[in-house]
Amino acid sequence: MSDVVLSTHNLTKRFGALVATDDVSIDLRAGEVHAIIGPNGAGKSTLIQQICGGLKPDAGRVELVGRDVSSLTTQARAKAGLGRTFQISQLCMEDTVLENVLLGAIGAGGSPWRFWRGALGLTDMRERAQAALHRVGLADAADIRCANLSHGQRRQLEVAVALTLNPRAFVMDEPMAGLGADGSKQLTALLDGLRAEAPILLVEHDMDAVFALADRISVLVYGKVIATGTADDIRASDVVREAYLGTEA
Amino acid sequence: MINERMINALVLAGLLALPLYALAVDEPFTITLVTRAVILALAAVGLNIVLGFGGMVSFGHAVFFGIGGYAMGILAYHAQTYSTLDLGLFTTEGTKLMPVIWLVAMAVSGLVALIIGLLSLRTSGVYFIMITLAFGQMFFYFAISWAEYGGEDGVSIYVRNSFPGLNTLVPIQFFAICFVILCLVLFLKERLRASPFGLALNAARQSATRAETVGLNPMRLRLVAFVISGMITGLAGALFADLNRFVSPSMFSWQLSGELIVLIIIGGAGRLMGPVIGACVFVALEHFLGGLTDFWHVYLGLILLGIVLFGRGGIIGMLTRTEGAHV
Repeated sequence: MSDVVLSTHNLTKRFGALVATDDVSIDLRAGEVHAIIGPNGAGKSTLIQQICGGLKPDAGRVELVGRDVSSLTTQARAKAGLGRTFQISQLCMEDTVLENVLLGAIGAGGSPWRFWRGALGLTDMRERAQAALHRVGLADAADIRCANLSHGQRRQLEVAVALTLNPRAFVMDEPMAGLGADGSKQLTALLDGLRAEAPILLVEHDMDAVFALADRISVLVYGKVIATGTADDIRASDVVREAYLGTEA
Repeated sequence: MINERMINALVLAGLLALPLYALAVDEPFTITLVTRAVILALAAVGLNIVLGFGGMVSFGHAVFFGIGGYAMGILAYHAQTYSTLDLGLFTTEGTKLMPVIWLVAMAVSGLVALIIGLLSLRTSGVYFIMITLAFGQMFFYFAISWAEYGGEDGVSIYVRNSFPGLNTLVPIQFFAICFVILCLVLFLKERLRASPFGLALNAARQSATRAETVGLNPMRLRLVAFVISGMITGLAGALFADLNRFVSPSMFSWQLSGELIVLIIIGGAGRLMGPVIGACVFVALEHFLGGLTDFWHVYLGLILLGIVLFGRGGIIGMLTRTEGAHV
């Protein structure tokens, strides 16, 4: 299929006798949100790690826009267009909000090998950074130290940093983690708009958000994809209900 | 509230005013004492780029201090004995010219920093501390066994090296050289901190994962910082040897590496003037308390303990009520 942006092919990862990722082949198409759900310990984080370069799979490969990126490092994959956000915020707490997004712009677009000019004086980088802040609704918070942000704002900032990479695909690991109902609703609206810029591979526990956002859902259980389909398909699936959603769904 | 810029300006003004006052009342020893503080500050400024910005606790920065010292010692030794230094590819008669000595000191320090960095930056935390300490000890014992340059006794230089247009034997003139260099390096350090490189290095300290996910290579950033840092501390070593007109293996000692770390923590890690304030406190204690008791380090230890327990931002952090860089 030509509109596949990000895909895994027969990805497999074993930790001793445990098969954490078992022959996983999923794809992410242009313009969509593809959610990956599954009970704790299903191997969602392990899968994300292999897609983003933190873990080397035992078998299989990862492709980004038709290019095999399996042997690339995390930083090379970021440069190739993988915009990742973390379950536990990975931000520079001592720096300001603007500096955090500026880092993304410098890392992906520019070069860190400039020792003389001030980073805040790089107009193109700064504009890119401010555009990302504006996009997530943090434009007014640019000069606040990251450590002083609320939890919800940090989640937004994570997304903004990923945006500065001008990514071809987003990989988001539980962006709603720790958010209240309001914050979750707000972020859902933001992600809903983002899919037009780049498709989102979304790992999420918040089922309201998943069902509101996902064009397709894949269910991961014991490292295996047991079902892929639309929200309705997944809701109707007996296998999924049994393995994951329980009787209440 | 006191702001950090005010403190910085005050410290620099004080460092300049004290020797001028000493000159007026004819107390050359005070000038030498301040010069010592300035040079130690320069060495610690170098370390602060690695420790404060990059979060690497190098316990082997005496390597570069010593290399700077021996670069001066060896070049000046051959110049004063009119002997030839055979480096294989070429030979030299040595030199007594400070600018040349500084360049050699920085070049060799930078090269050694590159090699040590390549090997040690693969590790982090306690392992990094231990491996840098190990390199320090290697250089220390090498210097001790280097009979050609005095072994344990080191090398004495009869006349301080020269700087075009100045009489370096006059304390205030040598102080001026050191002070100008310190100011220049502080200026460069501030540019570096605010540059894209500084931003990236600081980010790699706070979260290496973050740096990697935006396409940066933390290891490469740290390596470049380590080389820059080594060159600055190497330059300080050359000046220190010139101040004493003497270089010995003690410049490579692990105690010195530790003292440089202590200076930074006392002043404030990652701060522009942190190492400078630390060096002033250190030299002042060494002079005043050192005259009363051989165990003056006890008081230094108490100060360090107080700062670590009650204010992580060092003296600057306590005065401005802000936290320093977390290492």
